[in-house]
Amino acid sequence: MDDDAVFHALADVNRRLLLDRLRKRNGQALGALCEGLDMTRQAVAKHLAILEEANLVATKRRGREKLHFINVVPINAIAERWMAKFDKPRLRALSNLKRALEGDDDE
Amino acid sequence: MSNASESRFVYVTYIRTTPERLWSALTTPEFMRQYWFDCSIATDWKRGSAWKLQFKDGRVADSGTIVEIDPPKRLVLEWRNEWSPELNAEGNARCTMELEPGDGAVKLTVTHAMARPQSKLIDAVGGGWPKILSNLKSLLEIGEVVMKGK
Repeated sequence: MDDDAVFHALADVNRRLLLDRLRKRNGQALGALCEGLDMTRQAVAKHLAILEEANLVATKRRGREKLHFINVVPINAIAERWMAKFDKPRLRALSNLKRALEGDDDE
Repeated sequence: MSNASESRFVYVTYIRTTPERLWSALTTPEFMRQYWFDCSIATDWKRGSAWKLQFKDGRVADSGTIVEIDPPKRLVLEWRNEWSPELNAEGNARCTMELEPGDGAVKLTVTHAMARPQSKLIDAVGGGWPKILSNLKSLLEIGEVVMKGK
C-alpha cells in the first residue's frame, strides 16, 4: 500500500469520522455505519471504498453482510517511518536468518 | 450488524515477499524475535499441538493449541493470556492468520476474536499487533533488498 493513498484517505473529515465510528465499535456493516450520519448511503459506501483501497479498513463477510474493521497497520507504519530506524544489528540478524533459510529456498 | 457478544479486530498488511518466506517468518523462532519484541513461539507446528509464546527470559506470555495449520496459507491458534491474571480469566481467544498471494505482494490478515464484549485481551493484543506487523513487513521487505544485493 502506498503512503499517498493513506494520506489521501485521511484528508477528509467524513472518512476520519467513519474511522472514529469503527474505532468505537469495530466490525460494522454499511447500514449501521450510516445511522445518524448526514450522508447518503452511496456517499458512505464510496468513502469506505477509498478507506479500503488505502488499507485503512479491512472487510470480512459474515453471511450476507460485509463487516468493516478499522486497520491501523498503515498508520503505524507511517509513524514508525519517522519514529524508528532500522539499525545494523537487525539487518545482521536478518542476513543470518537468510543463510539459515536458504537451504530450501530456490528463489 | 456486528455481533455485540464478541470482540474482534482484523488487521491487514501487504508484504512484498512470497507466501513461503512469510510463512517461515511467522513460524521460525529466530526470526520471530526480530519483529515480535524478543518473543517467540515454541511448538512443533502440528494440528492439535500446544504452543507457547515466550518472553526472552523464558516466561510464558500466551499459550494455547494449534487449531488449524495449512502452510503457507492459514494458521489458527487458540490463544490464552498467561501473564496477567485478569486477562487469563477471560479464557480462550482465537487468532487466525491468513496469507493470500497477490500482485507482487502477499496479503496477510490477522484476526483476533473472543466471544465476549469489551474483551481486555482483545484490547491488549489489538494494540500490539500493528507494531508487530509493521516490524514484520519492514524486516521482510528490507530483507528482499538485502537478498537482492547479494
